[in-house]
Amino acid sequence: MRSVLVVGASLAGLSAARALRARGYDGRLVLVGDEPHRPYDRPPLSKEFLAGQADEAALVLEAEDEDLGAEWLLGARAVALDPGARSVGLADGRTVTADGVVIATGAAARTLPGAAARSGVHTLRTLDDARALRADLARGGRLVVIGGGFIGAEVASTAHALGLEVTVVEAAPTPLSGPLGEAMGGVVSSLHRDHGVRLLCGTGVRGTEADGEGRVAAVVLADGRRLPADTVVVGVGARPCTDWLAGSGIEIGDGVLCGADGRTSLPGVVAVGDCAAWYDPAAGAHHRVEHWTGALERPAAAVAALLSGSPGGQRAPRPPYFWSDQYGVRIQFAGRAAGADTVTVEEGAPQGRDVLAVYRRGGVPVAVLGMNRPRSFTRWRKRLAAVTS
Amino acid sequence: MIPVCRLADLPRGEAFRLETDPPVAVFHTEEGELYAIDDTCTHQDASLADGWLEGCEVECPLHASKFDLRTGAVDAPPARRPVRTHEVVVEDGVIHVRLSPSAPGLPSCAAGRLAGGAG
Ligand SMILES: Cc1cc2nc3c(=O)[nH]c(=O)nc-3n(C[C@H](O)[C@H](O)[C@H](O)COP(=O)(O)OP(=O)(O)OC[C@H]3O[C@@H](n4cnc5c(N)ncnc54)[C@H](O)[C@@H]3O)c2cc1C
Ligand code: FES
Repeated sequence: MRSVLVVGASLAGLSAARALRARGYDGRLVLVGDEPHRPYDRPPLSKEFLAGQADEAALVLEAEDEDLGAEWLLGARAVALDPGARSVGLADGRTVTADGVVIATGAAARTLPGAAARSGVHTLRTLDDARALRADLARGGRLVVIGGGFIGAEVASTAHALGLEVTVVEAAPTPLSGPLGEAMGGVVSSLHRDHGVRLLCGTGVRGTEADGEGRVAAVVLADGRRLPADTVVVGVGARPCTDWLAGSGIEIGDGVLCGADGRTSLPGVVAVGDCAAWYDPAAGAHHRVEHWTGALERPAAAVAALLSGSPGGQRAPRPPYFWSDQYGVRIQFAGRAAGADTVTVEEGAPQGRDVLAVYRRGGVPVAVLGMNRPRSFTRWRKRLAAVTS
Repeated sequence: MIPVCRLADLPRGEAFRLETDPPVAVFHTEEGELYAIDDTCTHQDASLADGWLEGCEVECPLHASKFDLRTGAVDAPPARRPVRTHEVVVEDGVIHVRLSPSAPGLPSCAAGRLAGGAG
């Protein structure tokens, strides 16, 4: 393989480029990214950066002296993949051809169906989004967060610390019940009420209302209630950026469908990070993992498979792991809650928001949740990795 | 030299946090080597003694930056600065560390707290 093109220049793309060089690949390496920025770190966008405690320099993902010997085409959007020629067409008309392609286009924030785009209504995925939201939060006042998932909860926590009056609206009866299960979703989302942030569950959103200048003034709920708002954040999840692959014939489900090593249905093409749904042998299904560590670690296996053209003989990926920081509590989760039949509190107490809970299926640990318990969490995470590998 | 604990009380694969100021983490690797580094991650306020020890590396328990126990070097962000390494000496079955004379590279939040700030 003499040339590799990485599409998407964020954590997964950068990790793939690093893994290629680490494996001794010395051919041409091109990274294409539609944002104008060098790779940056997203987790702080809802935490320290939004709070004004970290500046943009702190978001840089490359080490100071790092030189991957790559060509960077930034501000360039890929619009098509031609599997025969293995070439990628860019929005500006250029075409890049390579022996191998790494798809790392991540995910984009979902918006509310049917809701008008208004000033004062934000989603949060990119640095530009975070700059705009940070500026609006500085106005103070009332913030309504639509969606009680991790990003919504982190924005609520940050805005609360900045002194805003915050309300979180969640359509499901319990926030976070998908990733954490009903019981622990309830425990983690109690953090809102503990801190005087209003949490309204089981209600959808009908739309938003504007003031005379066209700026958002209120959120209207499905049941007709009206929540006055100076700023609104829509945190209703992310969808994989795979539109540009339409017509390439690559198999797509919820993300680019991949084997357990990142290989796609097209030869010479692998996919990594938030856009990719790798086959999970333990679950017998494809799963799109939208976590930082997945985007960091999995590219090594994908790149090994790409270079060798066969399964790389790499270790199975470690169980998915993510963290979230809310109201000063460090939340950590590894494994998969879906399919667990019991959840037991092994340490601490849910009321104290200081807990280590283990999820089991047929007595076998399948996931672990920690709140302010990094030490025992790491032990359990290691045990999970041993069980699943 | 600061006494840490008896060698027999630190099994392979385990770490011990020495509550010095700043704290120091002593690791006993699966291969039987002993290493000491600054305990606080250079990214945020995490204790590396709580991390995932594998070979001669410890992975930060929070955001997965890995530190080389032999050199203190970090593999990749989010942490950017190395940690200090300290000398380990075993005398009469007791582990001791000799602290490095160089200045620690603590994260700004921990440094602020150490200096009496709000942290
Ligand atoms: C606010 C926020 C907070 C988060 N907090 C946490 C956390 O606490 N813990 C955790 O584990 N995870 C967290 N995450 C998730 C984590 O950041 C992601 O899992 C990670 O960024 C995924 O990396 P990626 O490279 O796959 O995708 P992305 O980071 O989404 O990058 C994809 C890149 O590809 C570019 N791109 C898309 N389409 C094209 C195209 N057609 N052509 C060229 N380029 C394209 C995009 O512009 C983008 O730059 C958070 C995410 C956000 C947004
Ligand atoms: S605290 Fe260690 S990597 Fe973030």
